[in-house]
Amino acid sequence: MLKYIIKRILMLIPVLIGVSIIVFLIMRVFSPDPAPIVLGQHATQEAAEAWRQANGLNDPIYLQYWHYLQGALTGNLGTSYYTKTPVIKEIMARFPATIELAVVAIILASFFGILIGVISAVKKNSIFDNAGMLLALIGVSMPIFWLGILLIIFFSGTLHWLPSNGRINPLLEPIHITGFYLIDSLITGNISAFADALRHLILPASALAMYSMAIITRMTRSSMLDTLQQDFIRTARAKGIAEGRVIVRHGLRNGLIPIVTVIGLQLGSLLGGAVLTETVFSWPGIGAYTVTCILKSDFPVVQGVVLLVAAIFVLVNLIVDVIYAFLDPRIKYSKKEV
Amino acid sequence: MLLEVKNLSTEFQLKRGIIKAVDDISFTLDKGEILAIVGESGSGKSVTSHSIMGLLQKPGRISGGEILFKSRNLNKLSRKELQKIRGNQISMIFQEPMTSLNPVWRIKDQIIESITTHMQVSQKEALARTIAMLDTVGIPSPAQRANDYPHQMSGGMRQRVMTAMALACGPELLIADEPTTALDVTIQAQILELLYRMREKFQMAVLLITHDLGVVSEAADRVIVMYCGKIMEEADVRSLFTRPLHPYTVGLLQSIPQIDDDSDKRLYMIKGMVPNPLTMPPGCPFSDRCDHSMERCTKEMPELKEIAGQKVRCFLFEEGEGGGLGAK
Ligand SMILES: Nc1ncnc2c1ncn2[C@@H]1O[C@H](COP(=O)(O)OP(=O)(O)O)[C@@H](O)[C@H]1O
Ligand SMILES: [Mg+2]
Repeated sequence: MLKYIIKRILMLIPVLIGVSIIVFLIMRVFSPDPAPIVLGQHATQEAAEAWRQANGLNDPIYLQYWHYLQGALTGNLGTSYYTKTPVIKEIMARFPATIELAVVAIILASFFGILIGVISAVKKNSIFDNAGMLLALIGVSMPIFWLGILLIIFFSGTLHWLPSNGRINPLLEPIHITGFYLIDSLITGNISAFADALRHLILPASALAMYSMAIITRMTRSSMLDTLQQDFIRTARAKGIAEGRVIVRHGLRNGLIPIVTVIGLQLGSLLGGAVLTETVFSWPGIGAYTVTCILKSDFPVVQGVVLLVAAIFVLVNLIVDVIYAFLDPRIKYSKKEV
Repeated sequence: MLLEVKNLSTEFQLKRGIIKAVDDISFTLDKGEILAIVGESGSGKSVTSHSIMGLLQKPGRISGGEILFKSRNLNKLSRKELQKIRGNQISMIFQEPMTSLNPVWRIKDQIIESITTHMQVSQKEALARTIAMLDTVGIPSPAQRANDYPHQMSGGMRQRVMTAMALACGPELLIADEPTTALDVTIQAQILELLYRMREKFQMAVLLITHDLGVVSEAADRVIVMYCGKIMEEADVRSLFTRPLHPYTVGLLQSIPQIDDDSDKRLYMIKGMVPNPLTMPPGCPFSDRCDHSMERCTKEMPELKEIAGQKVRCFLFEEGEGGGLGAK
């Protein structure tokens, strides 16, 4: 198992090299020249030329990439063209906000998705099933920014129950230790900060969770419908086990693999930054920021973010594979299968 | 009387019509007795056993009759009360040993679950009982194998585990629905031998369901022959093999492969096919496959008649003993 994990982590290297080459080429071929954007419209040709020279953009692409790779291997991903801050710092300032939002959203989505999916499967074709499937249909088809705006209008605007933007009331901001406000506020025993951070999370996390929840609901339902037809469920009933236990301990426990797969995929994509949600809720995460950087041709930042997201995707998939082995004793990762 | 099934009917209401999978069957089972139900695939044997266990799945439902277990009507019990009986006083082994065990649970946990559901014992005692049970059903080094997952065992071993699980709480009635069908011949004999031994050891009654009359001759005390949801013949095992009455029973007996037979003789098969349960013809359901079919057979349903301690549903025996297949 450990060997398998190490091998999978080593496989990250070719993945990251491939991804970095692609994003490097795309940025340089399709993005507008950053020089006039950085220097302003009124900069002279000479100044722009000098800026390009200074930032190495006049070198042949393969040489630029070589320099980038050398930097990356020593942990230097370059600096932002605009803020002159190291890319790593820029990312670290925003990424915890994205992770916090994504994790809370995936927890919400998994909890409600599995709950509704199981009920729908057990009460197949009943009113509960129909209501659950309608909710799932709404979830996959409703544009997320629209849902976000509705939530803001209703819960912030009309009812004044919940805040609609930012991560926390700035006056309550906890000391940055991990960058996750929920954790930082707990570590420092700052309960009011914790409560405020949680209140700020509810609306964006709900908006963000909706789509994933719908996907998880559907997968849970179909997986449970299949599992509950299996012979061992009949065996469990014949043993006199209470129905609830049959459904959860025997049914859900067996139907979990495809559900964990979609949860992993959803988490991977949420961690890449939820651009629309972050924009609607002024959430200071990586997604909205990256879009701005793409528009401004801030090459080093975009490259850094894409590498990070690719690495996270690979790691989340690895974690899912490891969870498989715990869920199903028939799955063994031997050397041959790698 | 341990089990008394009275006029049980079970039907499946489908969009295309109603399937009467079990049609007005009655039988009894005494303490310690082995009663076999025999019939081709689709004759309603599994539906009978599921009706008794309360395991019918929609759209199946019991449409009439009573299932009296120790004088309590199982069909009238609440789900909770039924759960107390299932796996405890009545338990069941299924046809498919490969898929009937939960693939992600260790076998010991599956048996322990049965025990702790019905008995007030500690985990430790339950484990000890589990290992003892695995030993009883003939699993070598049971303490180690108890930690196995089902996929680490062969079909025969899994059926032994199923048996151990079914017997774990000391049931008074064991329903075995084709327990050997999915196994190869040598393993089949071992499992039958095991059931027989367990019956002796625990003094339980067994409802042995099979499509194979060969299995019946080795294990059963009494036999019910079922066809299209109806009982066609009922007899003690000796009479059934020496003096089968119903042409269907005769056909089934002739289709048992004989090991000492000349090998160039083709195996006998009853001609024709089981009728479609949705378009069941009036009259005897076997009439279109029967060599002795008369005009009357296609129009009227014969009654189940008693003839010298044997029951048969066939017009050949309307006039009582002396009629019928005669010297056959
Ligand atoms: N779930 C079901 N839905 C519809 N019909 C069923 C179902 N289960 C069994 N039946 C019908 O009941 C009849 C008896 O089936 P079964 O008891 O399984 O036969 P067997 O004697 O082979 O065990 C079959 O004709 C089948 O069509
Ligand atoms: Mg069957």
